[in-house]
Amino acid sequence: MNNAMTHETKDDSNILVVRNLKKYYPLSKVALGKRRSYVKAVDDVSFEIERGTTMGLVGESGCGKTTVGRTILRLHDVTGGEVFFEGQNLANLSRRELRRLRPDIQMIFQDPYSSLSPRMPVGEIIGEAVRQHKIVPKSRYKAHVLKVMSDCGLQPQHFYRYPHEFSGGQRQRISIARAVALMPKFIICDEPLSALDVSIQAQIINLMKDLQEEYGYTYLFISHDLSVVEYLSDTIGVMYLGNIMEMGDKKKIFENPMHPYTEALLSAVPVSDPDVKMDRIILKGDIPSPVNPPSGCKFRTRCPKVMDICAKVTPKFKEYEPGHCVACHLYSQD
Amino acid sequence: MNIKRFFTRKTVEDESNPLYLTLREEMRISRENNKIIKRFEKAKARKNVPEEEYLTTMKNPDNVVEFEDLHTFFFTDVGTVKAVNGVSFDVPQGKIVGIVGESGCGKSVTSLSLMQLVQEPQGQIVKGSIRYRASNGKTYEITKMPRNRMLQIRGNDIAMIFQEPMTSLNPVFRIGDQMDEVVLLHVEGATEKSAKARSIEMLKLVGIAMPEKIYDQYPHELSGGMRQRVMIAMALSCDPRLIIADEPTTALDVTIQAQILELLREIKDKINGSIMLITHDLGVIAEMADLVVVMYAGRIIEQGTVREIFHHPKHPYTIGLMRSKPSGKTVDNRLYSIKGQVPNPINMPDHCYFLNRCDRVQPECLGEYPPMFWHSPDHCAACYWSKTGELCDDEGEREKESNDE
Repeated sequence: MNNAMTHETKDDSNILVVRNLKKYYPLSKVALGKRRSYVKAVDDVSFEIERGTTMGLVGESGCGKTTVGRTILRLHDVTGGEVFFEGQNLANLSRRELRRLRPDIQMIFQDPYSSLSPRMPVGEIIGEAVRQHKIVPKSRYKAHVLKVMSDCGLQPQHFYRYPHEFSGGQRQRISIARAVALMPKFIICDEPLSALDVSIQAQIINLMKDLQEEYGYTYLFISHDLSVVEYLSDTIGVMYLGNIMEMGDKKKIFENPMHPYTEALLSAVPVSDPDVKMDRIILKGDIPSPVNPPSGCKFRTRCPKVMDICAKVTPKFKEYEPGHCVACHLYSQD
Repeated sequence: MNIKRFFTRKTVEDESNPLYLTLREEMRISRENNKIIKRFEKAKARKNVPEEEYLTTMKNPDNVVEFEDLHTFFFTDVGTVKAVNGVSFDVPQGKIVGIVGESGCGKSVTSLSLMQLVQEPQGQIVKGSIRYRASNGKTYEITKMPRNRMLQIRGNDIAMIFQEPMTSLNPVFRIGDQMDEVVLLHVEGATEKSAKARSIEMLKLVGIAMPEKIYDQYPHELSGGMRQRVMIAMALSCDPRLIIADEPTTALDVTIQAQILELLREIKDKINGSIMLITHDLGVIAEMADLVVVMYAGRIIEQGTVREIFHHPKHPYTIGLMRSKPSGKTVDNRLYSIKGQVPNPINMPDHCYFLNRCDRVQPECLGEYPPMFWHSPDHCAACYWSKTGELCDDEGEREKESNDE
């Protein structure tokens, strides 16, 4: 607690501070004479999110970005490291204390088809947690839910309908309404757009932006779609195999990517212009297994600029210009 | 008490939702459907159909496939879904034709109609023709082709790469067995040994590092990108003239997507085939396609060369799709979004299907469905707003014009 207090006084503008977060999944039971092996889904991740801003977390599937989101929320227990939310370390809170904090941190899930209970009407889906956490007095309960629904672009008559009666875009509006109804300070969005069509995606993006402007939410936006992340985020973290490889302001990442992986990711995004022919950096092979990650720099097996040192020494995550950190041997390590 | 409620019409909050039907109505629809379906199935069940009945000629000998006025309907218990409603376009030899549209716009059903893989009996090709020029020089009318003849073409001349590589590979068979099957079925005089050699050659062609090892593995042991490569290898193993790629990269990461697209492009040049690329990603289309077909609610709303479509889009839907894709340029201002959603496929309106989502509505739009307006010999859009070129009813005339140029 002491640690947390000092932290709060030091930097109040950050709503969330993640320090050396680790999440390992044990792979098999301990066999005699055999060391226990782990999937290192998240391995030493640190970042901060400023109040009222959006941080984008990008990377290929299997890089651990979803695990980061879920571990922050303590949906999975933390293996190591600290997560400070408004100065309180979430990693070692008891269930009861955590429950008190739940309304402040909410999550929007990826698949609107499986994350809504088919047996509950929409009003109940949105309102259940409101009632549980006593967000508003009983007399104002329905008015509150209806207000949230109209904020999220849902009609009042949808209150008694069931999720199967809605299209994908509207279901995603319901999941957003469910998160927003608790008046949270911080929302983790885990690929909220990937199950939606392009025209619906744009509607949801605008909705998320409007809500942020109106209520000052802080988002952690997890996605593999770089163009969406570029549009929504203020800062961006690029993840690869459980590590953050590069982190910085959106402009710096997109205009001056320093890490070869970021360069490759950016060049792989198809451009909607038939006349623009990009010099594409095509990465060979797949993301390696997180059980046996490569030694040294984890990206070295696919890196086009690999050097001898990459296999031996893990590069340090260092700040090279204000607000732009990279972990790569291409840049000086001292 | 409940039974009585079944037979009375439920209170419907908004009229546009036709999901609420009384049991009686549903039974009536289902009876009518059965009649229609029986008629189609009877025609298909004929044995020993002479070949002349399904031989035709191509309008343009450079094309591999010509779709003309294709209608594929699904007769469901809640009404008829017009999944493909009058689609005409050509796939020229050696070109990539991109088909774009949101989910439910009929792009997959168009390609499944070509493969005779529409879910039967409720899905039926009701009207129209699909002409296919086979490698033996004959032109077949796919809609009239008997099923057993189709077996020789499907997977052999026309191959398909499906969307989800995990669900389209059989989890209980080894990769090798599944690939050999294609060769053994379609190549005359193939032995198990030659089939294996062919499969390994194909796996090598799609850039799999250790083909002999992969040959003996099961699908679950491979990553998503590898599985998609196996699917492509399988599609290629009989030297198809046409590859239908149905969202080949949707389930994959951007870096893997770039690999697969590069591979498809290389392979197209190697085998000199055509590709029908179905996707909802405009970026992929811009990069890969030569010709673009934009579909909306079962109809083509705009088609043209990739440059025409991307530099001078004419239909508000195409323009909206392009503007709603976030990119570096649009960062500071609000993202454009097409309001509303795709209309219900049952009970389509008589006017333009895009009317209630469109922000360029003209008085004529409330009238009948707009015909195709030609803006240049190879660019047309079905929209009154875009009407700057003259209305051209006669397709033959237009083709003459384009040939002259």
